[in-house]
Amino acid sequence: MTTATLGKHYLSGEIIVRKGEVGDCMYVIQGGEVEVLISKDDADVCVAVLKEGDFFGEMAIFEKEVRSATIRARGEVWALALEKKAFLRRVHEDPSLAFRILEKMSNRIRTLNDKLNAALGRRQTLR
Amino acid sequence: MPNSPALNAAKAPPLELTDGSRVGIIGGGPAGSFFAYFLLHIAQRVGLDLRVDIYEARDFSALAPMGCNMCGGIISESLVQHLAAEGINLPPTVVQRGIDSYYLHMDVGSVRIETPLHEMRIAAVHRGAGPRGAKLPLRFRGFDGYLLELAEAKGAQVVRKRVGSVVWDDGRPQVTTPDGARQTYDLLAVAAGVNTSTLKLFQGLKPDYKAPVSTKTYICEFLLGEETIRKHLGSSMHVFLLNLPRLEFAAFIPKGDYLTFCLLGHDIDSGLVQTFLASREVKRCLPPGWEPPKDFCHCSPRLSIHGAKHPFADRLIFIGDCGVTRLYKDGIGAAYRTAKAAAVAAIFAGVSEDAFRRHFWPACRRISNDNRIGQLVFAVTHLIQKLRFLRRGVGKMVSGEQQRPGARRRMSLVLWDTFTGSAPYRDVFLRCLHPAFWGRLFWDTLAGNLHPNHTSSRG
Repeated sequence: MTTATLGKHYLSGEIIVRKGEVGDCMYVIQGGEVEVLISKDDADVCVAVLKEGDFFGEMAIFEKEVRSATIRARGEVWALALEKKAFLRRVHEDPSLAFRILEKMSNRIRTLNDKLNAALGRRQTLR
Repeated sequence: MPNSPALNAAKAPPLELTDGSRVGIIGGGPAGSFFAYFLLHIAQRVGLDLRVDIYEARDFSALAPMGCNMCGGIISESLVQHLAAEGINLPPTVVQRGIDSYYLHMDVGSVRIETPLHEMRIAAVHRGAGPRGAKLPLRFRGFDGYLLELAEAKGAQVVRKRVGSVVWDDGRPQVTTPDGARQTYDLLAVAAGVNTSTLKLFQGLKPDYKAPVSTKTYICEFLLGEETIRKHLGSSMHVFLLNLPRLEFAAFIPKGDYLTFCLLGHDIDSGLVQTFLASREVKRCLPPGWEPPKDFCHCSPRLSIHGAKHPFADRLIFIGDCGVTRLYKDGIGAAYRTAKAAAVAAIFAGVSEDAFRRHFWPACRRISNDNRIGQLVFAVTHLIQKLRFLRRGVGKMVSGEQQRPGARRRMSLVLWDTFTGSAPYRDVFLRCLHPAFWGRLFWDTLAGNLHPNHTSSRG
């Protein structure tokens, strides 16, 4: 990754988004990988790894809640911020711009459902 | 009643795209490639099978002028973001340099303005493979070639031929190439830009179409080498507001090994270019003792300054520069917006004139209405360029904003959006209406003229 890579440069281990903070943008990874961390028993647990082309922080675009997870650079990362106001203005003009985000969010809900079903299945087996 | 109008109307193919419909696109620049890409993307999403041909005789892998669409090569902050949201992330093989700031150079000093989020948010690219005489192998790919490949990957066919004529064939546009091959389409999109004679083909076909009004610009490429560019120009665009006769605007855009120089004005000739390059403000940005080489890649493309009239009809649509584009800035962003609006209209509302009026024209109208405000914004810029006491005030205000941590960057944002094309001109205008903006400008103009020190800020 060079000066020809777009976005902001983050060093390995650097926090890009912190859980609980108020956000006004989402990010698209231009290079490198990030970890999605949630807190469990006072420790950070990595629940997903996102790669180049993936985005995160999209919930801040659609709702006013605080960030739901911490995003940490795994190695060097370049991430491009998409500002909420400019993005929503464009979505207002061209609603299909939001389609890819909706597709991804739907995908994430499906994955979560699968994980939940798997966890419930394991619990019933244990009983 | 074998020839009754009612029967003919019943026989006429519907003015909508259905499975197997054929779409022709004249021009494989950004507007044509974006149109093909989004048309096929949306068609695939709704399960529609379309056949798309793009007529582009130019080979974008060839060095200029054979493979270049002649443009400064700036992808605006807003377009970079929108493309990222669409899933099109410009790769480092295409982006020659990420731009994170710009310098405004005036005779009263220079100020540096950073991107609001301190990121590389603007992409400097070459439209073609590279300038004339560039060393092979090339380190970067051209932006237009990259987009055309994206369209091809979606399923578009690139026809490497010029278009010889366009006629109506039973109510549908028919394209003939110089080798005599004919193809009839259910929809023809014209994305030929304004630097072509192709638009003359439509004089008989659509007499009410009036091509955009355009003006001449001057663009050239200087080979400086990456290290020299890094040392002297960095990752900043350099904008010059100099009080030179016939000069409206000038900018240096640093790229990989090259520096692109864009000049906008009236009757630009070599004399004006030489005067500009010899000015103190320009020399300050370049390596000491640097002189322009005798032979370098340059062109004088036309730039649309007033949109086309009636850029659509049944089964025919004009997108990008040959339709409606943005005044002076972000022409590629306007190509993206009009191309996508046309694709959405064609898939969901049909290819009739009425469908385009209701679903494509509003996107064009938004741009042309904004251009009217843009004319006002550039008139004010022109005034600043002419009046030294105002230049002092603007310079002092920006310098103060950049040096005071946490200060509201009112003038910086106005200039940033004006010169980078990152926001609609309407936003720029509304920001200028704020009383605090005028209050500060008045105060800084007064202070700047009472104590006229040279302005210099590095952000």
